[in-house]
Amino acid sequence: MADIMVGAGFQGTDEATAALKVRGYWQTVGYRLRYDYVTLFFTGMIVLIALGSIFAPLLAPFDPLKTSMAYRLKPIGFRQFLLGTDELGRDMLSRLIWGGRMSLLMGLTPVALATVLGGTLGVVAGFVGGRLNMLIMRTMDVFYAFPSVLLAVAVSGTMGGGMSNGLIALTLVFIPPLCRIAETATAQVRNLDFVEAARASGAGTGSIIRHHILGNVLAPVLIYASSLISVSILLAAGLSFLGLGVEPPTPDWGLMLSTLRQAIYVEPYVCALPGVAIFITSLSFNLVSDGLRQAMDVRV
Amino acid sequence: MWAYAARRILYAVPIAIGVTVVCFCLVFLAPGDPIQMLLPPDASQADLEYLKKLYGFDQPIPVQYVKWLMRAIGGDLGVSLQTSRPVLDEVSRALSNTVIISLGAVMLAFSLGFALGTTAAYFVGRPIDRVVTGVSVVGVSVPNYWLGIVLIIIFAVNLGLLPATGMGSQGSDHFRLSNWSQLKYAILPVITMSMVPLGIIMRNTRSAVAEVLAHDFVQTLRAKGLGELAVLRHAVRNALPQILAVMGLQFGYLVGGSILIETIFTWPGTGFLLSKAILTRDIPVLQGAILILALCFVATNLAVDLVQTAVDPRIKRA
Amino acid sequence: MGLELPITGAGASTSTPVRPLVEVKNLTVKFVNREATVQAVNGVSLEMAPGEVLCIIGESGSGKSVTMRALIRLLPKGRAAISGHMRVGDYDILSLSEREITEVRGSTISMIFQEPMTALDPVYTIGDQIAETVVRHEGCSQKVGMARALELLQVVKVPSAERRLTAYPHELSGGLRQRAMIALALSCRPSLLLADEPTTALDATVQIQVLILLRKLQKELGMGVIFVTHDLGVAAQIADKVAVMYAGRIVEYGSVRDVLLRPSHPYTIGMLASTVLGQTRDADIEAIPGSPPDLRRLPPGCSFAPRCRYADNECRSVVPAATAVAPGRLVRCFKAGSPPPGLLPGP
Ligand SMILES: Nc1ncnc2c1ncn2[C@@H]1O[C@H](COP(=O)(O)OP(=O)(O)OP(=O)(O)O)[C@@H](O)[C@H]1O
Ligand SMILES: [Mg+2]
Repeated sequence: MADIMVGAGFQGTDEATAALKVRGYWQTVGYRLRYDYVTLFFTGMIVLIALGSIFAPLLAPFDPLKTSMAYRLKPIGFRQFLLGTDELGRDMLSRLIWGGRMSLLMGLTPVALATVLGGTLGVVAGFVGGRLNMLIMRTMDVFYAFPSVLLAVAVSGTMGGGMSNGLIALTLVFIPPLCRIAETATAQVRNLDFVEAARASGAGTGSIIRHHILGNVLAPVLIYASSLISVSILLAAGLSFLGLGVEPPTPDWGLMLSTLRQAIYVEPYVCALPGVAIFITSLSFNLVSDGLRQAMDVRV
Repeated sequence: MWAYAARRILYAVPIAIGVTVVCFCLVFLAPGDPIQMLLPPDASQADLEYLKKLYGFDQPIPVQYVKWLMRAIGGDLGVSLQTSRPVLDEVSRALSNTVIISLGAVMLAFSLGFALGTTAAYFVGRPIDRVVTGVSVVGVSVPNYWLGIVLIIIFAVNLGLLPATGMGSQGSDHFRLSNWSQLKYAILPVITMSMVPLGIIMRNTRSAVAEVLAHDFVQTLRAKGLGELAVLRHAVRNALPQILAVMGLQFGYLVGGSILIETIFTWPGTGFLLSKAILTRDIPVLQGAILILALCFVATNLAVDLVQTAVDPRIKRA
Repeated sequence: MGLELPITGAGASTSTPVRPLVEVKNLTVKFVNREATVQAVNGVSLEMAPGEVLCIIGESGSGKSVTMRALIRLLPKGRAAISGHMRVGDYDILSLSEREITEVRGSTISMIFQEPMTALDPVYTIGDQIAETVVRHEGCSQKVGMARALELLQVVKVPSAERRLTAYPHELSGGLRQRAMIALALSCRPSLLLADEPTTALDATVQIQVLILLRKLQKELGMGVIFVTHDLGVAAQIADKVAVMYAGRIVEYGSVRDVLLRPSHPYTIGMLASTVLGQTRDADIEAIPGSPPDLRRLPPGCSFAPRCRYADNECRSVVPAATAVAPGRLVRCFKAGSPPPGLLPGP
């Protein structure tokens, strides 16, 4: 009975799909983003925060370091102090604007450094394979065995705090996950046909890495890195909050939150302000990263 | 199954050894000589030498490591430079306090996150889904050390309903669940701590259940006459192992990363111990606490993996 | 057999005209979304006597599965707009409430699917899944349900059924899984079984075994079966009646012999001609030129007209009605009464 089979002509080809408008990948991504109002809104938010930090000297109404015994812990809207003053009588608004500089710097730098270092390590491990891969990835596994907060605190705590130590600690925290993502992506790409073909046609290792591997590894690594920015900002502020990051009297949101904590019985709303700034920034980065990932359709 | 368990345990051993190496090396990250900090500035060179010998700082580093490891395995993690009590005692007492609030937080996060995430998955794309997704992003974006302060302002300062910090009467550091007057102190830390795992569990539940609901077998379930609730029960049963694993991992993160929240609430757990040790540069306590917390994390991961293998019939690991 | 099932339907009396088990009138299904409306089913009408096997054949995308799912109301709510009239047994499918339709599903109407690999819940045992259905519809205890599940597995000839009762789907081969699926579908003695390509995913030998089993059970239980397939050989073996679907319409309907040996719709003729029949192995395989219409923009007339050799202006502007060319034989074609000579395949 099985000898009566449907012939090839019976299955019509799906020309309808082919006839659909063929859009380029980036065009599709752009199209999706254009109608993603949440992502657009929070991208605007990030731009505002960044501009505020860059132009802090121009925007801040007062000197963020100028203390005043007379105007200590004034409420929101007190005279010329739009957002009140802190425990040393410094203008909160000015300190929040200036604090954005430190907080963004402390949040972005470790992710950028870790993307370069972790990404490179991962690409090398994935491309070379073998022993070197074992060595790199097992080392990463060890660092994976520390919860991120603990690792950051352990390193910066023993090194004795300070901004540069904080940056080193945070970079160290983000290298393993980025390395893992890069390694997985590279190992996948490495075995694909077109890379084999390039190798067979005599392309050098360097040019293979440049042309094929980086192109396919960069997207997942960057998307993942973008999702780490929010974590990094939270952690960096947390370190400053513990006294392990930025040192007083430099304005930094985490540090401000920590010093103002003693004053919650006096001026609770002013005390909560730096946290609001951290929250809005981290929320914005999180939502934009989510939006990008959805638009680019990358799974990490 | 047993073979897999054995292999998985064996695989954890080198990681644990790596963790001990990292913890041991921490000492060398510390600027200056930690011994110096224990001694008054006018201490004699002889005192210094004596202490150096006592702590073994005069031998080659690999020897130091092996000696240190041997002592650590024997339960001797050194003595606190501040209190002169054994580090192991300090850490283990603090650890139980941390585990209590972490457990509370992860259970709260799981029950809420699981219910809301499942609801969102069932109504994918509808308003309720948007709300849940929004809440989960807020959960992972909120700086929980700030949330703790806000909760203190609301519930302790303004409403006066709950105690702000500490753990019961002056200097108490032993927690009993049965004691309501003490339980009150745990409420705010637990809520604060649950925010991040809540967001993460919600997000994972939503995507896991939604993915199961898109499987073909859901059609079979409907075709055999099951109501929507029964269908959802099947979907949840399918997604559960994965979500339990996420929950276990989150518990590990909470125990290891409790420092910020315990500092805010002066909750006498490992995090608080760590932050005190950092302030006083009490390196043995710092090192011991980090070692024990990291090993706990390795053990949690291992347990999560084994439990998941045991409860999920799909995974047949030979 | 271990299972005592009342014999109903066709075998009972053939002298008095029996009320059809299934009556579908002018069924249309549209999938609506923001960008387009897909007209997947466009006026399907059919009748089926109890205990009969009706095969629906047609190329991919012709709306076979959608028709089946409409019959058991399994189409996604909100996105699928169903209209027309469907009656199965005593139930008017479209007027049932949500609660009532779940009562009907799995008891009066059951369905089996193409992919045995993915059609069963991977984290429940086979026994649990069958018992769940029995418990759901008969309100018995779990224990009775499991006993029944065991019986059913024996009925569908699953070897060492006791052991298989506590097995998970992934521990069974594809053929056994499909048998388990059949056991599940038959567990509450349905009067109508919807089988959507139940053998397509199986190896040829397993396929035959499953077909023979289905045919045998169908006869014993006297249940009506609507069987979707791509495979004309399968249709020839199992069907009493055949319906040929094209672009959401039934273009030809009749008994197996009539439709497969004396097709009268140009589409059916073309389809059979492009099929490798045992005796015409040397003949040229004639494919139907062109491709099926875009279901978002159906042509105004006969949907097959753009591909049809014999199409004229009438065909391109008016949808032909289903006309009876012989008793029990319907064709939707203006040219059907008088097929041009030389069109028929054969001697
Ligand atoms: N849920 C849905 N949403 C939108 N369109 C759908 C949906 N289900 C089916 N369709 C469309 O309806 C049309 C008919 O599909 P159907 O599955 O009935 O075809 P079929 O005849 O069963 O094909 P096959 O032989 O491949 O199974 C197809 O064009 C399909 O794209
Ligand atoms: Mg189909």
